[in-house]
Amino acid sequence: MITAERKPLSELVECVRPYGRILLLGCNECVTVCAAGGRKEVGLLASSLKMAFSKDGKNLDIKEITLERQCDPEYVEELAPHMGEAEAVLSMACGCGVQEVARRFMDKPVFPAVNTKFMGASERQGIWSERCAGCGDCVLGITGGICPIARCSKQLMNGPCGGSSGGKCEVDAEMDCAWQLIWDRLKALGLEKRYEENMPAKDWRPGRGAGPRKIIREDLAR
Amino acid sequence: MENFEPVVVAFACHYCAYTAADMAGTKRLSYPPNVKIIRVPCTGKVDMLHIMKAFEKGADGVCVAACLDGDCHFRTGNVRAASHVDAVRKLLDEIGVGGERLEMVALSAGMGERFAQIATEITEKIRKLGPSPVRKVSVAAGAA
Repeated sequence: MITAERKPLSELVECVRPYGRILLLGCNECVTVCAAGGRKEVGLLASSLKMAFSKDGKNLDIKEITLERQCDPEYVEELAPHMGEAEAVLSMACGCGVQEVARRFMDKPVFPAVNTKFMGASERQGIWSERCAGCGDCVLGITGGICPIARCSKQLMNGPCGGSSGGKCEVDAEMDCAWQLIWDRLKALGLEKRYEENMPAKDWRPGRGAGPRKIIREDLAR
Repeated sequence: MENFEPVVVAFACHYCAYTAADMAGTKRLSYPPNVKIIRVPCTGKVDMLHIMKAFEKGADGVCVAACLDGDCHFRTGNVRAASHVDAVRKLLDEIGVGGERLEMVALSAGMGERFAQIATEITEKIRKLGPSPVRKVSVAAGAA
């Protein structure tokens, strides 16, 4: 999923200060799962903002709407009837959702309420960690299912480096060395020989090397 | 400010604190009427939003009254409640309302005296802190 964290309240207060009526949006997808911008977080932020302004004697009118998905135009269209009365939009979706709302409603100021972080997985409740960097050329099949791009601090294709110690990374003693994990997994699979094969330099063009990316499935796009 | 009577909302667990409050009444112990009790099936059921709404609607203080460690009827509801309370305290600090207005206490069903004592202490603590900064607006809005 795409993970995110709410921005500091002080930053959000400044974003909406010029306005009296705002639309506060949540998204039922990734940001709900990582507890950053789902229906519950929308409720908490609405309550927080109302109180923050109440302290200064200002009554902030907030309408809360959580869409099924904020990165799809079909769902964003549902906002049309509510947009007229809103002076500004504050969105708790990831950057994709914020941009989709901004694209559809050109005349409304749209502010992000979260910082979008990374594509990650849940380690356990309340802990998410980075697992995929979207490099566009997946190597998980040859690295034992552990990504050296997303999980090695140096994105090494032939690790580990000299900073790997006791299975941990020199960048942070709490951080697993991805190449230790890869070795352990290859060993468990009986594929130690694969480790001996040098991987060639990675072609970064399928990643961000050639600008913003687009996928076109002609059979679907027609 | 001299006439300030704080409003304290207490979310009290049915299996301990609520029964303790009941016992305080049965024993004819007096405690400040400022404490408004809301009975909940378990403090683990007290959502962060419930606490926030209490403040938003004009409470000067909120107390979450849970079972003693290890005594939760549902095993870990009081532990979960403690995490929720910590998170809301941080949020209240961020808003500027002040996390110290939110308390979590633990007691058993037999602690009637303790309940009366806690109710008195919290009321006095909130009285010293003064009215919640959001109270004035919310009370005025409610009256309108």
